[in-house]
Amino acid sequence: MPTGTDTDRSDLPEAMAELAEDFHAVSEAERLQLLLELSRELPSLPERYDGSLDTMERVDECQSPLFLAVEVEDDADHTVRLFFDAPAEAPTTRGFAGILHESLDGLPARQVLDVPDDAPYRFGLAEAVSPLRMRGMVGMLSRIKRQVRLRDDARTAEAGQESA
Amino acid sequence: MSDKIEAYAHPERLVTTAWLAEHLDDDGVVVLESDEDVLLYDTGHIPGARKLDWHTDLNDPLTRDYVDGERFAQVMSERGIGRDTTVVIYGDRSNWWAAYALWVMTLFGHEDVRLLDGGRAKWVEEGRELTTDAPEVTAADYPVVDRDDTAVRAFKADVLDHLGRPMVDVRSPGEFSGELLHMPDYPQEGAMRGGHIPGAKSVPWARAANEDGTFRSREELEAIYLQEQGLSTDDDVVAYCRIGERSSHTWFVLTHLLGFEKVRNYDGSWTEWGNSVGVPVER
Repeated sequence: MPTGTDTDRSDLPEAMAELAEDFHAVSEAERLQLLLELSRELPSLPERYDGSLDTMERVDECQSPLFLAVEVEDDADHTVRLFFDAPAEAPTTRGFAGILHESLDGLPARQVLDVPDDAPYRFGLAEAVSPLRMRGMVGMLSRIKRQVRLRDDARTAEAGQESA
Repeated sequence: MSDKIEAYAHPERLVTTAWLAEHLDDDGVVVLESDEDVLLYDTGHIPGARKLDWHTDLNDPLTRDYVDGERFAQVMSERGIGRDTTVVIYGDRSNWWAAYALWVMTLFGHEDVRLLDGGRAKWVEEGRELTTDAPEVTAADYPVVDRDDTAVRAFKADVLDHLGRPMVDVRSPGEFSGELLHMPDYPQEGAMRGGHIPGAKSVPWARAANEDGTFRSREELEAIYLQEQGLSTDDDVVAYCRIGERSSHTWFVLTHLLGFEKVRNYDGSWTEWGNSVGVPVER
């Protein structure tokens, strides 16, 4: 829950822990500005996802439409790649996606799967945006982990078949 | 003001984007933006507009209730609003949260509070000016006024007493029928039961709005609420939805656009009724 675990960052991946620290270093009002910056920096979709929102997962926990795609690469680490799409009129949703992109994109699948489910509450945002609105980021994280698990298992199975 | 607005029962409650553009710098006028998305204001807002957050500014952080008179006075004062200020509110999502803010201001008896027809989307679509500059606000002195929950607000007990009299459920058809426990495309709100309050008529809020988020004309609204639903302007009506935001929109339509004399918004709505033990539910 928001209190207690809020300042403990030892179980977060490094990039996520650093970002959480940035959020805690500033006032509540500045946290919103930071979230806004992340919403602006959220990378747009690569061409291969253009016009194919139907191949992406819709995150229903967000109050505004957000689409998510997760790729797990064929390398030794099973590197995770995250892609998001949300409209400019939904900056909070984009900001949440920005936090997860900055924190998790490019990490090995194992590390993404180990991210604690309450990680969205470690950024000191619940007070600034109201706890009610945090559900969107919790939903995004759980869907990312579910997709990584599926794809990671598939990669492992492929590798098993090749070596057999 | 436009002919469309002049035709409403209380035309002084609604302004057009053109009117607002001309009156932005007027003394005695303060513009508020009230959105669902807590960051949207910061991406650019109408020049001079102040941000009012439905959740962090108008709701009590502990009790499920609105702020008290003291906190309300502080929220208004900080935004440069006095008791006689003309307040114009606009927001995202066809003005749901703007209507909600207007309704909460009504609980405190603020006299002159209006909506911008079409809300934020219409202003943006017309290419009107937006700015990220923080407004220069001189704090005003808003008096501490007691909240009056009797005239336009209904509690669960009031709704139980009201059973058998006119009630409007403004949620989507799926929520009304009980197939869905929350708005389509919206997070699960966790109601234990689906359905509607017995006797409620299903009139989804969006029927009162045009594609561009502006309100339908008085004639069109009368066709829906009076002719089709058989309501009458002297009826005692309760409106509800999920947490009272969409029903604020309908409350505004019935009260200010059609001139109903007694409409109460049940803000506990389905997140309370659908979780309450022993209350009747219809499917």
